[in-house]
Amino acid sequence: MNSFGLENQVSIVARHPDIFRPDWWHRGKIAIGVGGAVALFLFGIVQLDIPFHRLSDGMVRLGGFVQLMLPPHPGSWAEVLKYLHALGETVSIAFLGTLGGALLALPISLLAARNVVANRIIHLLTRRSLDTIRGVDTLIWALIWVGIVGLGPFAGILAVICSDFGTFGKLFSEAIEAADKNPAEGVRSSGGNHLHSVRFGLLPQVFPILLSQVLYYFESNTRSATIIGIVGAGGIGLQLAEQIRVLEWQKVSFLILLILMTVSAIDWISSKLRFAIIGQRPIA
Amino acid sequence: MRTAVPEFPEARLRELADRYAAAVAAKRRRVWLGLAVLIAATIAAGWMGDVNLWKFAENFWRLPAYFASIAPKFSFSTAWVDLSEWFWGLPRWTQLLGDTLLIAYMGTLTGAICGFVLCFLASANLVRSRTTVFVTRRVLEFCRTVPEIVFALIFVLAFGLGALPGVLAIAIHTTGALGKQFAEVVENIDNKPIEGVAASGGNWLQIVRFGAVPQVLSNFVSYALLRFEINVRGAAVMGFVGAGGIGQELIEAVRKFYYTDVSAILLLIVVTVMLIDFTTERVRHRLLGLEGSAR
Repeated sequence: MNSFGLENQVSIVARHPDIFRPDWWHRGKIAIGVGGAVALFLFGIVQLDIPFHRLSDGMVRLGGFVQLMLPPHPGSWAEVLKYLHALGETVSIAFLGTLGGALLALPISLLAARNVVANRIIHLLTRRSLDTIRGVDTLIWALIWVGIVGLGPFAGILAVICSDFGTFGKLFSEAIEAADKNPAEGVRSSGGNHLHSVRFGLLPQVFPILLSQVLYYFESNTRSATIIGIVGAGGIGLQLAEQIRVLEWQKVSFLILLILMTVSAIDWISSKLRFAIIGQRPIA
Repeated sequence: MRTAVPEFPEARLRELADRYAAAVAAKRRRVWLGLAVLIAATIAAGWMGDVNLWKFAENFWRLPAYFASIAPKFSFSTAWVDLSEWFWGLPRWTQLLGDTLLIAYMGTLTGAICGFVLCFLASANLVRSRTTVFVTRRVLEFCRTVPEIVFALIFVLAFGLGALPGVLAIAIHTTGALGKQFAEVVENIDNKPIEGVAASGGNWLQIVRFGAVPQVLSNFVSYALLRFEINVRGAAVMGFVGAGGIGQELIEAVRKFYYTDVSAILLLIVVTVMLIDFTTERVRHRLLGLEGSAR
């Protein structure tokens, strides 16, 4: 059976030269793309002064760390309680941050949506300011808020609120703009004013989508809330950074394990709730 | 056109109305219940997270005051001098920003390559062995869930200060994130090309190369670009733990109260992030457009 193809291959190639001719133009483009990417990578190695001699040493040291990490051990029962409290702080930071960000973003996103406020200038201004807020990382916001309200989880909550405000503002306004406009027109045509059309024509459509986005971000915020402790904004990150600095590797691995379990638990809960609200639909 | 609207008898009408009222009441009850749970959770979280609204109200003026203090002194007569004074460290900062972008780029590329290799092992439609799929997925999950800055903290201890730990940390996180997204793409591909290659005697590598990769490549590039965008933000804060880039400069400026430096660096970061967002979005739209026209 196999010989069937091989015998005829030459004649097939001869009959259809256009198809079998190598496409040098296409190949050239690919080669240039790959070459450029590799060149930039090499340039990065030179520019950043990547020390290759430290790579092997470092790997050995890293292996040593991993060995010291096993088995994970919290030290004492008092420590466990301390860590669980820190974990509670982290989850609170994520929860209140997400909630606060969402509540603040809802009115602003209406301003930023083209089908609610027709004014181009307002639209543009809100969009750009949301982009600016979003361009600043949660960790940077945490740094700023620690300077304002002092060390502790409250600064973390405010930091998550700030960075989520930017993200939700963008996501919400996009969801609102993607909404079907027929219900809103229906409300208008039956005598409702603009506010009525937003309240009864638009919000009922987008509310489940917004809710599912908020739930999705609750999970991702739990991840970012685990680290803002590094700059002193409370939660388990503070403990983790401390234990890494004093080289208590067994405690480090215990904390990482704790974080992994919490994140996957919240992931599970939030995806269950999400499916209950909108069904199995991907989030754009 | 006229149609006669049938009128229901009173009893039937009442039944329908009752049912409607019951449905509305049930929905209301669900909403109230949800709200009650939400409020209870908020109070619990507030108690846990040391929320002190008094302290907040007392100190809130510090936020505008902080932004006022980091704002540069500016007057129209000496605008140019003020500007150059504000951005006195521009050459150094641009170089650090360039480093940050390079860290993000190298991390993304390395992570994308690792994710590319691993994603096929994590796709249930290409790999028979349940164990391989399970193990690969758990590894990816681990890489994804541990925050990159934690990896960076550990790598700084292992490899010393500098850009290397930053690149590695971003690479590992990217491997996990992209590996998962890639695998999801691969699991949704059309099965016929794969069967075709298998039927004409291709081995596993050939199946992947000729059956799967051509279907998914543009999607992969689009995801990798999106990840690059995210990694630029991540690389900007890598310096907080000594893993290279502009973050080191920023945290020093904040800690030492070099107010105008803080605003200058923040502005540079925000502008860079926006530019990168804008560019990658353009490229991604073009890529997805190409794919749409090819179909």
